[in-house]
Amino acid sequence: MNFEYQVEGGDFTNAGTTSSIVKKMMKQLGVQPDIIKRTVVALYEAEVNIVAHAYRGTITVDLDEKKIYVKLSDEGPGIPDIDQAMQKGYSTASPKVREMGFGAGMGLPNMKLNSDQLNVTSVVGKGTTVEIINFF
Amino acid sequence: MKLEEINSLINGKVVEGQMPPDKTIDCAFASDLMSDVLTIRTEKSLMLITGLANLQTIRTCEMSDIKVILFVRGKKVTEEMKELAADNEMILMETDYSLFRTSGLLYAAGLKGVY
Repeated sequence: MNFEYQVEGGDFTNAGTTSSIVKKMMKQLGVQPDIIKRTVVALYEAEVNIVAHAYRGTITVDLDEKKIYVKLSDEGPGIPDIDQAMQKGYSTASPKVREMGFGAGMGLPNMKLNSDQLNVTSVVGKGTTVEIINFF
Repeated sequence: MKLEEINSLINGKVVEGQMPPDKTIDCAFASDLMSDVLTIRTEKSLMLITGLANLQTIRTCEMSDIKVILFVRGKKVTEEMKELAADNEMILMETDYSLFRTSGLLYAAGLKGVY
């Protein structure tokens, strides 16, 4: 099954909508609850990152009986140093993002913990792509 | 600990969801930082105690499989938050007590921390 969703930068009202849809789909498919939780936590962190940092983004979800593959591509400022961004506590989040309860520099490390495979690529001034793969 | 007992100890009010008389909670986590909430790993039934009242509080709990949220220091739950919580069969409670006082009272009464 293939699905595609759009995410708007700065739209905190709808942040998490895609993660919520994916959670419901995985439940319906009967995926193990711990794998659902790991996947949606990683996805939600990534979705909030688009809302917090980018102008807009696209989330594509490829779900089959063996795995879930999620690709989040955004148009935004990009990440100059991905290794630095992967470190716990490093954040460039705005005060508004912090008011929403995020921006503690935990997002990327937590995505890594909750993914079987995580790939992050970025071009400064263009955008960032995050791929999350979890096996069932 | 029974939710009814929790509600009574902190002079709370259930503002969304049904509170079955026998509904119990194994442990609690207190934070205004959703980034921290998203790092919790537990199989136990968990209550979040927080002073952060916005839609992302509810979303974070949805992703983290947290079904009970207690909002402290008089923070008010909005209608949008109630709707999202109802979709996810959550119970939302409010108290005027501070985060520290709420946590202290519940811990002293036997409610465990998640870690």
